[in-house]
Formats: sequence, C-alpha cells, structure tokens
Amino acid sequence: MSTDPTANGNDPHPAHVTTPPPSRSLPGSGEAHRHILVVLVLDRPGVLNRVASLMRARSFNIDSLAVSRTDKEHISRMTLTLHGDDVAVEQAAKQLYRLVDVLKVQDVTEDQVVEHELALVKVRASDGNRAEVIKIVELYKGSIVDISAESVIVEAHGTEAEIDALVALLRSYGIKELVRTGATVMLRGAGSIEEALKL
Amino acid sequence: MTMTRGDDPASVAGSATADAAGPAQARPRDRRSHVPGDGSATAAAVEQARKAMLHEVRSRKRTRIGADALMEALIAQGTDVLWSYPGGVILPIYDILGDYPEIRHILVRHEQGGAHAADGYARASGKVGVCMGTSGPGATNLVTGIATAQLDSVPMVAITGNVPNALIGKDAFQEIDITGITLPMTKHNYLVRNADDIPHVVAEAFYLASHGRPGPVHIDITKDALQQETTAEHPSLDDVIAGLPGFRPTLEGHPKQLKLAAKEVAAAQRPLILAGHGVLIADAVDELKAFAEKTQIPVAWTLLGIGAMDEEHPLAYGYMGMHGWKHVNRAIQSADLLIAIGMRFDDRVTGSVRTYAPYARIIHADIDPAEIGKNVAVEVPIVGDAKHVLGGLTRLVHEVDPATRADYVAELAEWRADSEGSSWHGSGAWKDGLLSADFVVERIGELTNHTATYVADVGQNQMWLARYTKFRRPNSHVSSGGLGTMGFAVPAAMGAALGNPDVETWAIAGDGGFQMTSQELMTLAADHIPVKIAVLDNHKLGMIRQWQEIIYAGNYHSSHLPGPDFVKLAEAYGIPAFRATKTDEVDAVIRAAQAVDGPALIWFEIAEEQNVFPMMPAGKGLSDLIETWGAPEE
Repeated sequence: MSTDPTANGNDPHPAHVTTPPPSRSLPGSGEAHRHILVVLVLDRPGVLNRVASLMRARSFNIDSLAVSRTDKEHISRMTLTLHGDDVAVEQAAKQLYRLVDVLKVQDVTEDQVVEHELALVKVRASDGNRAEVIKIVELYKGSIVDISAESVIVEAHGTEAEIDALVALLRSYGIKELVRTGATVMLRGAGSIEEALKL
Repeated sequence: MTMTRGDDPASVAGSATADAAGPAQARPRDRRSHVPGDGSATAAAVEQARKAMLHEVRSRKRTRIGADALMEALIAQGTDVLWSYPGGVILPIYDILGDYPEIRHILVRHEQGGAHAADGYARASGKVGVCMGTSGPGATNLVTGIATAQLDSVPMVAITGNVPNALIGKDAFQEIDITGITLPMTKHNYLVRNADDIPHVVAEAFYLASHGRPGPVHIDITKDALQQETTAEHPSLDDVIAGLPGFRPTLEGHPKQLKLAAKEVAAAQRPLILAGHGVLIADAVDELKAFAEKTQIPVAWTLLGIGAMDEEHPLAYGYMGMHGWKHVNRAIQSADLLIAIGMRFDDRVTGSVRTYAPYARIIHADIDPAEIGKNVAVEVPIVGDAKHVLGGLTRLVHEVDPATRADYVAELAEWRADSEGSSWHGSGAWKDGLLSADFVVERIGELTNHTATYVADVGQNQMWLARYTKFRRPNSHVSSGGLGTMGFAVPAAMGAALGNPDVETWAIAGDGGFQMTSQELMTLAADHIPVKIAVLDNHKLGMIRQWQEIIYAGNYHSSHLPGPDFVKLAEAYGIPAFRATKTDEVDAVIRAAQAVDGPALIWFEIAEEQNVFPMMPAGKGLSDLIETWGAPEE
C-alpha cells in the first residue's frame, strides 16, 4: 500500500496551497550532542528514583548524574548529562517538569559555565615508572593521594573531556580501579539558578 | 443497627422483578450507608438509620487514630463513595469505617473492579474517585485500574495499606514495594509511615489529582500509621499549595501565542478543530461551541473527546483516527489548519506521523507542556487549559460569515454522506438474519434518548459504540482510550452510575472483556446499582480476530472464545437478564432492561465475523484506510 498522502484519492490537494507540505515529523536535528541539565528538586523521599525512573521509561540515556544538597533547605540539585538531539532533550526537560518534586530544569549546554568533575584513578606504578606517572598527573594538574609499592591513586578534576584525556594516558600503565563523580556545573558570572527560583 | 435487607441475591432479583412495572426513576438514589444490600430501603428509612448510626458512633468514646484522620480527610474532600476490598493491614480502617456513614462504602469483588469503578465515578461526576485495597495482592490488583486512569488523565486517589513499619523491606507476608510499582504510572505517590502525616498527604493528593492535568495519585499507608493515635490537623488549601512549589499549572494561554493562533485562523481556508478529552476535563464544552460557531469551523473529536460537541450540531463532523469516520480522516488529510485542543496526537489518531495532515499548519493547545511537540511538530504551541484558551481565542477571532465557507462545508458534507452511506453502517441486516453490532449500539442510543452514560469496554464494541451511538451530552461517553483495558466496562459503569445517578448507565462490552471482570455482577446486585449491561457476544475476541483476518492471513489462533450462557450467569447473581439474536428483538430487550429497577443484562448474540471498518492498519497513515471486506494487497 502506498504511503503517498494522496493515495486512494482521499485527499485532494487544497488548491490554494502552493508550498510543498511541511514534514510532520519532529524537527529535531537528529544529531545527538552532549547536553548538561541542571535540575533543582524538592528534597523529598524518592525524588532521585522519580527522576531516574522517568528518564528510563522515556528512553533517555543518562551519561552521568551528580546529586547534592544546596544551600537552600529542602532543595537538592542534580546535574545530569545525556546525549540526544535538541528536541529530544527539550522533551526530556518537559517530562521532568511533570514530576511534582521538580522545581527547575535548565539546559546549560550553551551557557558559559564552570564544569568540574572529580576522578580517583588507581594506576599500576612501581619504582620503574612511578616518576613517569607522576609527571603526567602534574601536567593535568592532578595529584597523587596514595602511594603503595605497586600502585598510586591519582586524584584529578576538570571537565569531562580533560578527565577522559588523562584516563586515556594512564590506561597504558594499567588502571586497577576508576571512579568519577560525574559533571557538576555552575553558571559563570553573578547569575544564579537557585536565586531565580520563585518559591 | 438494622437495615432493611441482607444481600441475598434472590431477594434482589425478586424485588427487581416486582418493581419492573414501576417507573425506573422513582427509586430513591440517596447516599446509603456502608451496609451492603440496602437497595430497597426507602430514602426516609435510610436517612433515619444513618442518623441513628451517627449518633451512636460519634458518642462512642475512643481515641482518634490515623484511620480516623484518613476518613475525616476524605469527607473533607467531598468523597461520598469508597470502592474497596478489605485485607489484613487495612483492617484498622474497616474497624472504624462504620463510624463514617457520610461515606458509602461499596464492597467490590476484586480490587481491579474498585479501581475502574473509582475511574468511572470520576469521569461521570467530574469529582475525584477513591478506591482502596490492602497490601501485596490487593495493591497489585489495583494497578491496572490506576494505569488506566493515568493514561486517560482521570482524577483518582488510590489508597493501599502496607505492612507495619518494622516489617517494611523484610519481604513480610503480603508485602510488596507498591509505591515502586505505581511510581511511573501515577501523577504522584506517597508512602506514609506516620499517622501525623495523613491529613496533609490526603489533602495534597486530592489537590494534585484534580488540578492541572488530572491523574491518579496513590497513597500507601503502613499499618502503624493507620493505628497510631494522632492529633494532626487538616491543612488549609493555602498550606497545601505552599507545600507544592513545583506544581503551578498554566491555565491562561500566552497572549502572544493566542494572537498568532488567531492570525492562523483568519488565514485558513480549510480549518478543522480537533477536540480532545481536555475540552471535557476543563468543562470547556460551551467555549468550544462558541469558538466553532463564531469561526464556522467544523469539529472533529478523538475517542475521549466524544461528547465535547453535541453530535447533532451542524458543525459537529465526527470521530477521527484508526477506526474513525473516513470523511473525518479525509478532512484532516486535506486541511490547511488543524486547531487541536486538549488532545495529544496519539498514534491511534495520527497513524504514521510522516504522512499525517500533510497540508496543515497546526495550532496545539494543551495544559501539559510535555504534550506539545511530543508526537508531531506544530506551528503554534499554546500552553493552557481548554476553557481559557478557547475563551481567549474566541475573543480574538473575527466572526466568519457561513457563506465564505460554503464550498468547503459543502465538500465536507458530500464526503460525509458518502462515508455514512457505506453499506456496513447501521444496516442491522448484516448477513441474512444475523444481528449486527452497529445496529444494537445505535438502538441503545436511540431508546435512551442519547441521555444515558455509555461505558465502553475495549475492542470492536468500543469502536462500534464510538461510531454509531451518537452522543449528545458531555461526559456521556466513558471509555478506556489510552491503556485500552479490557474488563473496564462493567466496573467503570458501576462507578459512573453512582457518579451521575440522574441518568441511565449502560455498559457495552464484548464477551471477552465482560468475562474479565464479571465478578462485579455481584457488587451490582448486592448494592443495587442500576447498570444496564449489553454483552455483544460474537464468541470471539473480535478485534483480535479482525487483525488476524486482515493482517495475519486468517490465522485465527486463540481468538475464538467459547463463553457461558450469559443469561444464566446473570441470573445466578440475581440479575434479570434477556437475550436477543435477531434484529427485530433488539428494541424489546432494551426496553425490558430499562424497565428493571436495578441492574439488568442483555445477551446480544451478534454475527460472529463482523469487522469494524474503516480501519487504518498499525504503522500506516490516515489515507491508508481499509474500507471493505477482505484485505487489499500489502
């Protein structure tokens, strides 16, 4: 069967419409980019579960999620990174707003932000190559927070990309263990997502 | 205290038959006590018993416990019917339930029936429906009903008990993480472990359920919380709103968007209004009519938008979508402007989005911002409720002279005559001598003067009802649209009958759906709830059989459905029942069922292989309708 809208002679082309029909599919670019969402929520039982459950049910893949208290009583902040095209991410934000406990969702991907993530990496390092490892870590403004005969723990912070780069370099020495907090971000300048909340 | 009668089914039947001659409307419909089987009590006797009971129980000295706080909160919210089934951990509620005769407790026969009844009650009355079950299986049995309410935006509060605080998380007897289960299918949910929290949680739950886009809210209360003594007071509405800073629904459409929309309306030559459930929920039926009349734009409706416009109105055009009218789908496919109000472009409405309404610009108004741009791209989004948006738009648009739309309207009328004149419509003579389902639902509409509440089940019966019954009153049509829950009709009709007791209530079900919840026949009998049930029996899962015929090359696996003798079944419950197998018997059995005081059932043995046409196969577009017997080549 044809999917031509004029099939069956059902749909005479309206005479006065001269432009070709617009595409009825959603206008998203279709290109997935990394987005950073800041989500302020009421600190009530189950709120993390609600956010996580919604993202899963609506097929959005969370890359990282960092949760903490804010300076305001009863309000927590989540920093959520995910991949998707602009329309998909906007839909994710709108769906988050349907949660009663969600106060504010802001996509800060295009904004000037300070982005930081903390990583701890346990790397194989012995007398033969420890100095080399330390040199690399210093280059990335990381620090060594623990040393044993066969390994060191590297503490590093920076953007996701910076940590990715350091981890890639350390991989050649052998990574025994890796933990990352996920991105946390804050707008540069005097603007404040928290202060903008109307409670 | 003594009520006039026990719940002996035989006595119910006897009374029903005896009263059958009398006028159906004469029976008192006042709220009755929680004691089942009081159906034949007169209003005066009920009132007297209720007062005596109030006096007796209110003078009883005992402490106020969490369960009392719950009942007080429900009464404060205007709850007058509670659909429920007892169980271990909610016994504290049942222990004090008798102290609150303001609430009519209906003992359902399965929790799913209770949830659907609360749903039907809410849809027919516009109030919040309330159902209750115990922990574990009682709670999971409610789940299907809660999900049905969620998909159709129905205001409902579902209450469950849970095991004592100390046993939570220990896999105790009848313990399940029910708030974990209902989390993704409710508007919000709560686990209450402390009696002092009950008043605030209940007030918040009702506020959430009924404001903004409505939906079900679930409250899970541990046995401790129900039993603890409490002095917690009920919050004011201001307190409730202040406690929900993240919940501020937008009602008024943005003035800039309304202006843009008015410009689109002025420029359009082939505009069409698509009315959804939101029009009914927002009580915007008058505003819809005013807007349509001022702009002379025809109105099409979704399944749940049925009743948003009187079908006799000259601008009422018809039901859209997968089994909608061909002329309506045709109008959508050739429109240059769609004005979508309170609907969500569900896949059953659009079919393939790629080929949907290819020439139309779209104005989409919905109270839920997440619905706009979710399924289709739109040109003018408006966030707001149907009442405010339509009111605002009507003020902005210019009055249109009907003559300027003459050609368009004439073309639509021609299409309509063509599609309504198709051979399958209302013939009642489908295949020699066999009973045709469309004829049955059409006669039910006629003989009830289109004033009843008609509750559909799911499948072919639902589509026949939507197409042929002709709805003239808002909220006269109740149907599980989003979830498509078989077994919905009888229990939801039970709720609708108490939600709007001033009109007749009809449940129209297929033999498949009816058998999923037929245990509620006993509830109807015991509580004397006057639902008239039409079972359209084709000994088939009709819609499944139709798909198998058309899409699965006639491989009829598991769609043949032998059933019981439905007359005997109803009579076993004490419900008068009738049977019709021929066209000329239809009116008589409908009238006989109407004459019964209380519930009645009609067994319509319809043609076994009748299909609902037209049909848009899943994944295809609105222009790809199958219209005739037998499938065209794929």
